[in-house]
Amino acid sequence: MNIELIANLSYVVSAILFIFGLKMLGSPATARRGNLLSSLGMLIAVVAGLTAEGIVSYEYIIGGMLIGGLIGAAAARLVEMTSMPEMVALFNGSGGAASLLVGWATLYGGDISTFTAVTVLLAILIGGMTFTGSLIAYGKLSETINSAAVVFTGQQVVNSLILIGILVSGYMFAVDPHPESQWLYIMLGLAMVFGIMAVIPIGGADMPVVISLLNSYSGLAACAAGFAINNNILIVAGSLVGAAGIILTNIMCKAMNRSLTNVLFSGFGAVKQGKAIEGEVKPISVEDAYYLFEAASNVCFVPGYGMAVAQAQHVVKELGEILENNGAEVSYAIHPVAGRMPGHMNVLLAEADVPYEQLVEMDEINPRIENVDICVVIGANDVVNPSAREDEDSPIYGMPIINVDKARTVFVLKRSMASGFSGVDNPLFFGENTRMLFGDAKESISGVISEFG
Amino acid sequence: MEVVFLTFILVLSIFLGFELISKVPATLHTPLMSGANAISGITLAGAFLAAGMVDSEMGKWLGTAAVAFATINVVGGYMVTDRMLGMFKSKSEGGK
Repeated sequence: MNIELIANLSYVVSAILFIFGLKMLGSPATARRGNLLSSLGMLIAVVAGLTAEGIVSYEYIIGGMLIGGLIGAAAARLVEMTSMPEMVALFNGSGGAASLLVGWATLYGGDISTFTAVTVLLAILIGGMTFTGSLIAYGKLSETINSAAVVFTGQQVVNSLILIGILVSGYMFAVDPHPESQWLYIMLGLAMVFGIMAVIPIGGADMPVVISLLNSYSGLAACAAGFAINNNILIVAGSLVGAAGIILTNIMCKAMNRSLTNVLFSGFGAVKQGKAIEGEVKPISVEDAYYLFEAASNVCFVPGYGMAVAQAQHVVKELGEILENNGAEVSYAIHPVAGRMPGHMNVLLAEADVPYEQLVEMDEINPRIENVDICVVIGANDVVNPSAREDEDSPIYGMPIINVDKARTVFVLKRSMASGFSGVDNPLFFGENTRMLFGDAKESISGVISEFG
Repeated sequence: MEVVFLTFILVLSIFLGFELISKVPATLHTPLMSGANAISGITLAGAFLAAGMVDSEMGKWLGTAAVAFATINVVGGYMVTDRMLGMFKSKSEGGK
C-alpha cells in the first residue's frame, strides 16, 4: 500500500462525510450533527493532505495553520449574529484568496502543461474576483463604504475592456506559461479589478443575491484549483459549495421577481415610480395595541432587517411568549429576502430562543393569513408591500410578498413615515385595517409587554 | 483521459450538490452558507503541497498564505456554523 493510495481513499471517506453532513442540514433537528460530520470529513481530508508525498518541511504549514486557526476561531466566537452577512462575505473572500494562491503557487512546482496553465488561470481569475468582490460586499454590508449602487455611464464599456484584457493576457500566458510571466500579473490585477467592478453597481437591498453568488464563486474557485493540482476532493467539495451558492442565488432572485442579469447589471431605484398613494395613516397608541393583543387568538410577526437594526428580536420573543401563555397561537413569518442574507432572520430569532417550529415560510403563511388576528410588521417594508400584487406600475410589481394586508388587523412598527429600501411607497400603511405604531420597535414592544405585566 | 475523468467527477458532484441543497429548508440557509464556507476551505488540502514541497521561496510563501486563508475558512466556518445551529431549538428542548 502506498501513501498516495491511502490518501485518495481517505478523500473518498471525507467526500461521503461532506455529503451526509449536507443531507443532515435538511432538518434543524439533525443539522448540528451534520455539521460535526462534515467537520470530521474535513479533518480526515486535512490529515490525508498532510501525509502527501513530497512535503518536506512542515514549519510553514504549521505556521500558516496557527495564524489562520486563531483568526478563524476568534471571528467565529466573537461575531454578533446581526453581523453574520459581513462574516460570510469575508469567508467568501478568504476562500477565493486561498484558491487563487494555491493556483499561483502551483506554477512554481515544475513543468506546466497547457491544461494546468488554463486551470491555474481559472483559479486566479475566479479566486481573485471573489476576493475583491467579497471585500466590496463586506464594505457595503458594514456600511464602511456607501451601500448604494454605483452606476456610471460607460460602465459596460469599461467592463468589456477588462474582460477583453483578461482574455488576452490569459491567452498570452497560456502559450508560454512560466511563473515570472508579466501576463500572469496583468491577469491577476485585472481579475481583482473585475471583482470590484462587478459588485459596485449592486445596491444594499440586493446584497442577499451577491453574497450567495460570491459563495458559489468561492466554491468554483476551489474546483479550478482542484483541476490545477489534480485533486479530486477539491473538485467534489468545491462543486458542492458552488451548487449551494447557485441554488441560493436562484431562490433570492425569484423572491424578488428579478432575473440574475437584472440584479447584476442594473442599479435599483432609477426605475419608474408607481402610483402616488392617497389616504390617511391611522396611528395607534401602545395602550390600545395592548387591548387588541390581549384579545387576539392568532398573532403573526413579520420581521425585516429593521428588527435586526433595532436589536428587537429578544423583546419580540418575550411578547410572543406572553401571547402564547395568553392562549394565542404565535408564528413568525419570514420572507426569503428579509434581512441581508438568506435565512438571516431565522438565525436572529433562533438566537432569541424562538423554537424553530414557529418560524414559517412565506408560502406556508399566505394561504392561512386571513385567519390571523394581528400581523405585526417589524422593520419590514418591501416584502409586505401590496403594490407588488396590485400596482402594475410599481417597480416591485410581481415580487411575491407576505400578504399581511389580508390579515384582520396589521400593526406596522415604524420610526416615521419614510419609504423602504427600494424607495417605493407602501399602500399598506394607508390600509383600512392597518394601525401604525410609531417609535423605536424595541421600545414599542417593551411598552406592550409592560402593559401585560 | 485525466481531464475527462476530472470533468466527470465535477459534473456528478454538481448534480449531487443540487439534489442535496435544494432540500435544505429556508430556516437553515444562513448556516448552510457558513457551512459551505467551511467546506470551501478544502483548498487547504491543496495548499499543503504548495507550502511544504516547492523548492522556490516565492512558491512556499504563496502556499503558506493559502494555508492561512483556507484555515480561516475551515476553523471559522465550522465553529460559527456550530454556534448558530446550537441556537435552533425545538419546543420540546425548552426553547420556549
